[in-house]
Amino acid sequence: MSTQSTPPMTPHPYPGKLIIVEGIDGSGKSTQLLLLHKWLESKGHKVFFTEWNSSELVKETTKRGKKNKSLTPTTFSLLHATDFASRLYHEILPPLKAGMIVLADRYMYTAFARDVTRGVSPEWIRKLYSFAITPDMAFYFKVPIEVAISRLLGGTRGQFKYYEAGMDMNLNQDVTESFRLFQSSILAQYKKIVDEFQLITMDATKDIETQQNDMRLLVGEALKDYKPRRGTHGRRTVFWRRFDVPKSE
Amino acid sequence: MVDARYFGDGLTYLNPSDLKGKLIAIEGTDGVGRSTHIEMLQEWLEVQGYGVVTTGWTRSNLMSKTIEMAKEGNILDRWSFSLLYATDFADRLEHEIIPALRSGFIVLADRYIYTALARDFVRSGNRQWARDVFGFALVPDLVCYMRIDVETLVLRVIETKGMNFWESGMDLRLGNDLYDSFKKYQSLLIEEFDKMAEEFHFEVTDARKSPDEIQEELRAKIQPLLTSHLKSPELPSDRFTQPTS
Repeated sequence: MSTQSTPPMTPHPYPGKLIIVEGIDGSGKSTQLLLLHKWLESKGHKVFFTEWNSSELVKETTKRGKKNKSLTPTTFSLLHATDFASRLYHEILPPLKAGMIVLADRYMYTAFARDVTRGVSPEWIRKLYSFAITPDMAFYFKVPIEVAISRLLGGTRGQFKYYEAGMDMNLNQDVTESFRLFQSSILAQYKKIVDEFQLITMDATKDIETQQNDMRLLVGEALKDYKPRRGTHGRRTVFWRRFDVPKSE
Repeated sequence: MVDARYFGDGLTYLNPSDLKGKLIAIEGTDGVGRSTHIEMLQEWLEVQGYGVVTTGWTRSNLMSKTIEMAKEGNILDRWSFSLLYATDFADRLEHEIIPALRSGFIVLADRYIYTALARDFVRSGNRQWARDVFGFALVPDLVCYMRIDVETLVLRVIETKGMNFWESGMDLRLGNDLYDSFKKYQSLLIEEFDKMAEEFHFEVTDARKSPDEIQEELRAKIQPLLTSHLKSPELPSDRFTQPTS
């Protein structure tokens, strides 16, 4: 185990590829990742997908804590780190070691942006995640706050959720206004993170196909020397993931 | 806690300077009699008129159920293992310990972060990460370490509740059976506790002594804290409401 106390900046040693997306709610990152997933599968790759805050154990706890509004910035942050650790160990590392492709919807940068906005120490959160591995490609979907809001309100969600809008921070009584303030500070944090960790910035105001073409071009280039590994012969599992309402925490 | 401070990177949104109470941690491996002595200490302090709150490892509202579930499913990675404990601790720190200290209570903590540090070190061989993670912990006013040797501990645990999977560190596969594993695991923990005892200046009590002698020693170590900063409440004792813990 490494002895560093900040997230590593050096490439991981595994034969697989880890591609992650970041961005605020409503940036369209999940849609883009899903389209990339389909494309990679159509190319014959075996692709694994993992999502922020999705491990069963932690999700239940987070739900309980959110319900009685007892989460503090620190417990909120630690719960997400626990979820991340458990997914890294169970879902991300095994396929990477086996030489496969892993796609992650949100990665540790989400914690760096969001938890710091909630008030935890930026140094502490980086040390917390020092066990993480550096992704091979990290995309940041940059979108102005107004575009994100109109996408979210115009979409199927209709209303912002309590924590998503940062209502726990008492920024504003109005949910939309609170969302605007909270997500704007997250955007400001992302701005720093993009430089610090050299994320690839995508213009998330462009239309879906244009963004996806840009993304495929970059990924295709990065996978040029990658040798796909899979255990089954030619059986392609295309179209198994459907579009559904994007879930954010 | 006149000069209260955090262990490392603290809770940036909470200023620890206005904490009037005292934080006393009782540490020691499994089966040394911590909870019995804490009960007796609480009684002793309350009779003198001090408000006492006790808090115990993995007993937070948020996490106690989750940790039970995790243990049943045998979490394997050291990170989740430590992070679950850190979350439990943070929940108790912010919802129980700090509010109680702010109101001038004496907080008796059954185990503190040193337990987590020892367990993580035994699993990883690395001290830094867990110490960073628990950086938000308050440094206690006093840490009483109830020290026992592994030979005595083994006899005592067999005579009482028996050995369980986690107290034997079975996830580490240190031995061929429960007995071997328990002994190996607990020796490693004791070894690490001994090192921390020096580094963090624990008050060490020999847990092989009789309960009366141990209790007397613990009280003698706590007594100076009471006289230096805390005054017995001036309310008549019959009007003093006991906190429910």
